[in-house]
Amino acid sequence: MAEGENKGLVLLDFWVSPFGQRCRIALAEKGVEYEYREENLRDKSPLLLKSNPVHKKIPVLIDHGRPVCESLNIVQYIDEKWPDRAPLLPADSYARAQARFWADLVDKKMYESGTKLWKLKGEAQEEAKKEFIEILKLLEGELGDKKYFGGDTFGLVDIALVPFTAWFYSYEACANLSAEKEAPKLVPWVKRCRERESVSKSLPDPLKVYEFVCFLKKVYGIE
Amino acid sequence: MDQPPSSVKLLGSWADSHTHRVQLALKLKGLEFEYQEEDFINPSPALLLHNPVYKKVPALLHGGRSIVESIVILQYIDETWTDNPIMPADPSERAVIRFWCHFTDDKLAPAVGLVFSSSGEGQKAAVDQVHENLKLLERELKDGAFKGRRFFGGDKIGLLDIVLGCGSYWLAVFEEVMEVKLIDPNPSPSSMHGCETSRSNRR
Repeated sequence: MAEGENKGLVLLDFWVSPFGQRCRIALAEKGVEYEYREENLRDKSPLLLKSNPVHKKIPVLIDHGRPVCESLNIVQYIDEKWPDRAPLLPADSYARAQARFWADLVDKKMYESGTKLWKLKGEAQEEAKKEFIEILKLLEGELGDKKYFGGDTFGLVDIALVPFTAWFYSYEACANLSAEKEAPKLVPWVKRCRERESVSKSLPDPLKVYEFVCFLKKVYGIE
Repeated sequence: MDQPPSSVKLLGSWADSHTHRVQLALKLKGLEFEYQEEDFINPSPALLLHNPVYKKVPALLHGGRSIVESIVILQYIDETWTDNPIMPADPSERAVIRFWCHFTDDKLAPAVGLVFSSSGEGQKAAVDQVHENLKLLERELKDGAFKGRRFFGGDKIGLLDIVLGCGSYWLAVFEEVMEVKLIDPNPSPSSMHGCETSRSNRR
């Protein structure tokens, strides 16, 4: 039997990846057991390259040999595979459309914009800060006074966004941008999410994330 | 529970392939709808109201609420009017369809756009990128998840056929305008077949 095939559930991941964390949170919400495999992104395993030949990226969820790629795709797959517990998407088709829209927005905006905050300097960084604050305010507006983005139930949009909160400390240290100050309404939502075991066990220590960012800056030759 | 088909309105643009996707999905579902042509350079107040985040077509209005982003809209249509499903039932298959839909929008479409907006060596590289992307799809059709199928959706047109088929309209236009060959009939006979079949079903 080839490595990784028919071995139940395997998640190919990288500890600091917010995309991988989404999958860990979803699996934990469903109470599903799986094998976590840390990938060395500078020396990707044959299994990863075979399972995601198009993008060659983590995360990949391999379910009895069948790979599922792309984090939001994986989260929806997990939700549909185990529909009997902890629904991650609402039942109503309009609410589902809203959830997919906002999760997709987080995907399009947060990672790229957040990365610019620590990669850029000077005027470019100031522009990046303005852009990031706009995104935070947009999300803050969408959350409103709700408990979670989908209402009373923790779901897809919360899962899409919450891993980026572990990077807030790094954004403040690198770009002097306090997400908490710019979008104060998100603060109680972050606290609420972190009180969930699925989230607290899946998210890394923000200080460790910052160490990683400092390491990356050295690698890229950024001061 | 299926919703009554009344009060469905689509804000769209005649040249926009994302609008075409939604029109095709609504027609496949046999749904009546009102169509409002939008000037995509000067969005109307209605479009700004219904898509304040991206300010773009298409926007589907149903029961006084708006849904935007074409792949989100297509899934909404499929889940609201459940006859003639355009997505498979199996979670693995659904994941594969979603993957290739995002590939189309995130990789293939921008690569095609780059062909149009570049020249010389840059354009050659962009054409190569499109060929690479199409080869990946071709591999799935020949040997992968879609092996042996008439359409990506199986025996019937599905969500991925809609997404790719509507994009293929612009591929043909670009080929003529830019005098480049994007769909090479030799290495990709099955994707050519897919495009032609999708195009003929759109009429």
